[in-house]
Amino acid sequence: MLRAVFEKQGNAIWISHLDLMRLFQRAFKRAGLHLKHTQGFNPRPSVSIALPMAVGVASRCELLDFEIEDEGVACQQIVSLLNGALIPGVKVLEVYEGGRKQRDIALLQCAIDLHYKNKIPAKAPASLEKLFAQDSLMVTKNGKNGPVEQDIIPMIQAIALEPLDAKTLRIRATICCQNPALNPAQLVAAIAANKKSYMPEYAEYFREEIFDSSHNVFR
Amino acid sequence: MNELLRKILPTVQKPGRYTGGEFNEVKKDLKDVRVRVAYCFPDTYEIGMSNVGMRILYGVMNEMEGVWCERVFAPWSDMEKAMLENNMYLWALESQDPVIDFDMIAFTVGYEMSYTNILNMLRLSGLPLRTRERMGLKGIVFAGGVCTFNPEPLAEFIDFFSLGEGEESTPEIIALYDKAKQERWTRGMFLKEVAKIPGVYVPSFYDAVYNEDGTLKEMIPKEGAPATVTKRIVEDLDNAYYPTKMIVPSTEIVHDRANLEVFRGCIRGCRFCQAGFSCRPVRKKSPEVLYRQAVETLENSGINEITLSSLSTSDYRGLKELTDELIPYCEQQRVSLSVPSLRADNFSRELMEKLQTVRKTGLTFAPEAGTQRLRDVINKNLTEEEILTTCANAFSGGWNNVKLYFMLGLPTETDEDVLGIAELVYKVIQTWKEHASNKKRGLRVHVATAFFVPKPHTPFQWEQQITPQEYLRRCKLLKSHFYSKSIEYDYHDPALSRLEAVFTRGDRRVGSVIAEAFKRGARLDGWDEHFNNEAWMQAFERCKLDINFYTTRGYAEDELLPWDHIDVGVTKKFLLKERHRAMEGLVTPDCREKCAGCGANCLLKEVACDA
Repeated sequence: MLRAVFEKQGNAIWISHLDLMRLFQRAFKRAGLHLKHTQGFNPRPSVSIALPMAVGVASRCELLDFEIEDEGVACQQIVSLLNGALIPGVKVLEVYEGGRKQRDIALLQCAIDLHYKNKIPAKAPASLEKLFAQDSLMVTKNGKNGPVEQDIIPMIQAIALEPLDAKTLRIRATICCQNPALNPAQLVAAIAANKKSYMPEYAEYFREEIFDSSHNVFR
Repeated sequence: MNELLRKILPTVQKPGRYTGGEFNEVKKDLKDVRVRVAYCFPDTYEIGMSNVGMRILYGVMNEMEGVWCERVFAPWSDMEKAMLENNMYLWALESQDPVIDFDMIAFTVGYEMSYTNILNMLRLSGLPLRTRERMGLKGIVFAGGVCTFNPEPLAEFIDFFSLGEGEESTPEIIALYDKAKQERWTRGMFLKEVAKIPGVYVPSFYDAVYNEDGTLKEMIPKEGAPATVTKRIVEDLDNAYYPTKMIVPSTEIVHDRANLEVFRGCIRGCRFCQAGFSCRPVRKKSPEVLYRQAVETLENSGINEITLSSLSTSDYRGLKELTDELIPYCEQQRVSLSVPSLRADNFSRELMEKLQTVRKTGLTFAPEAGTQRLRDVINKNLTEEEILTTCANAFSGGWNNVKLYFMLGLPTETDEDVLGIAELVYKVIQTWKEHASNKKRGLRVHVATAFFVPKPHTPFQWEQQITPQEYLRRCKLLKSHFYSKSIEYDYHDPALSRLEAVFTRGDRRVGSVIAEAFKRGARLDGWDEHFNNEAWMQAFERCKLDINFYTTRGYAEDELLPWDHIDVGVTKKFLLKERHRAMEGLVTPDCREKCAGCGANCLLKEVACDA
């Protein structure tokens, strides 16, 4: 098995998980690389992307696992072939053999940029820091069986706020991303539910790095 | 991407359709660009990106030095709302620049019920809706596509039409604009010159005069415009431009596959079919060229499905030669090859079996009418025997699913013909009982009826449309004769088909109805969740136009028809002869068996009709 680390940014952040899988399948074909197919009645190319991402999130630490039929193609060559066949915003950073089991991914370092209309409300940083420093913070999550209350605090390992410019406040957090997983959008949902006056006009999300449970960078 | 869009995109459905950035999208440096074309498709991205005509002309225009053609699609209602709330103008995908900055605005129009989307896109771009309200050379609006073979309903809104196939005429039009822009012509000067390009129709150069009974009396050409405008065609398809570097959508679209058009025109002559007559004459494409284009397209796109398209692919002479080459290639490359619109003949049956990709769900027939008598009237040369033989083969081969498409309200149709549908469906079920190799899962017969819409440039262009009430009565009659649980029956909404009938055969006056309905909120009319019949009915009332004039009245044979000054090659005399043969129940053999003398061959100068 081969693993690619790729980034997704710019206009490409609006491509959904399923569409992105298809985009990669086509990119492999354009690159002249033949993906191995699954056995069975309806063979499918074997590609999988770890930790499906919500539409609208940018990332520089996405993992794509795949197998190819072509033997003896160097990993570095796969990187350049794929990048020649991909679209702006999706770029393969490295390809390597093996890699750890995806189930060992545990933590995600993410940034959430809160964009305010005119300027960051003066008391917002302190107030939001306090909000996330509580012992417990219940947020409603839309699950498969309707809304569920979820305490997000146990899933936040670290959190800090810093202004990026006069209008943008950045939350940088390390949160659980697998078993259980916290969607970074829940942090903004917590602001909406508890500190409505500090709700930004819109928020942007970035995945910066993923780790195992011991805080080692996951590859 | 601008900040406004970043803010809006998280709030709308399928944001990926608004950003561009797909593989093979054409970007140009503005300093090398003299003419910018905003190529608009008046429906959503998912529909428009599936349109082959748009793919071709996008490529044709971008092949031109100094010209940059970009795509624009109709926003879905949530995006429209967000745009209005944020004072945001409609933009083109490639540069994300507003449409109002462009030199030329082109529309491709393939469906009558997208007319309000054209108006909406003009409005969202910040352009005045009507030709007479727009000034200057910049932002000139032109349109083409099948619907523009009767351009009259859009005459108020579109500055000029480019009729027929655009591979050759579009570069001529744009080159003229390029010259006009450099030499600072006025809008009037440009329109006068562009009207001299064959296939170009400038509606403001024609005055429509009406009789007291509301019928058309005369179309008076002015400014030296030709009395008749003849559509353009490409004679040599082998050497015509074909886009083998197709844009590969990053998000799912309706027809998410490569498309290979194997030939143009149709030899069949089904009397209700607009494409069958207006796309004549028949022009071939050689299997070698098609094979090469298929391979190039697949390699450049990485797409794993390709479809051989045409109006009747079984009639493509090179089908065996092409598929003999293409099937092995596709198997080796794990590409699925689909061949829709096959007829129920022997070779097609063999081919179907060879195509691995034909899943065991897809067996579709369009007998259109329930009795042989009525099928003869409409010249649909598909017999009951052919249907049942093909069904028998398919059922014994394991198929358990059939789709049957019909029309109700066809000329001369009686209740007997309606019940003939039930009878045919019954026979299909009997055939399954006799031949099915696997009866465990049971049979599903999906029956759908459409409401007949008489189309311009067909032998039925004069016919009456029955009332929606009568259509629904026939649907109910049919439904009451379906006894089997295997049958699933769907029928089209008659309100929509009634409006289609108005706008496909409408004159200039119906333009006011379109504008009025649009004002009352009509848009995305082709989408059930948005279709608002009430707005349309109010619009007719407000404009004091009688909808029945265009539908149930029928047009007289000696009447001047609103599209008579548009020549698609097929003569009116021939259409009239075909109409009379229909009424006598006489079939006309296909063009390959015997030339019926439709007249479309006169459009050809270098080659003969390949029927």
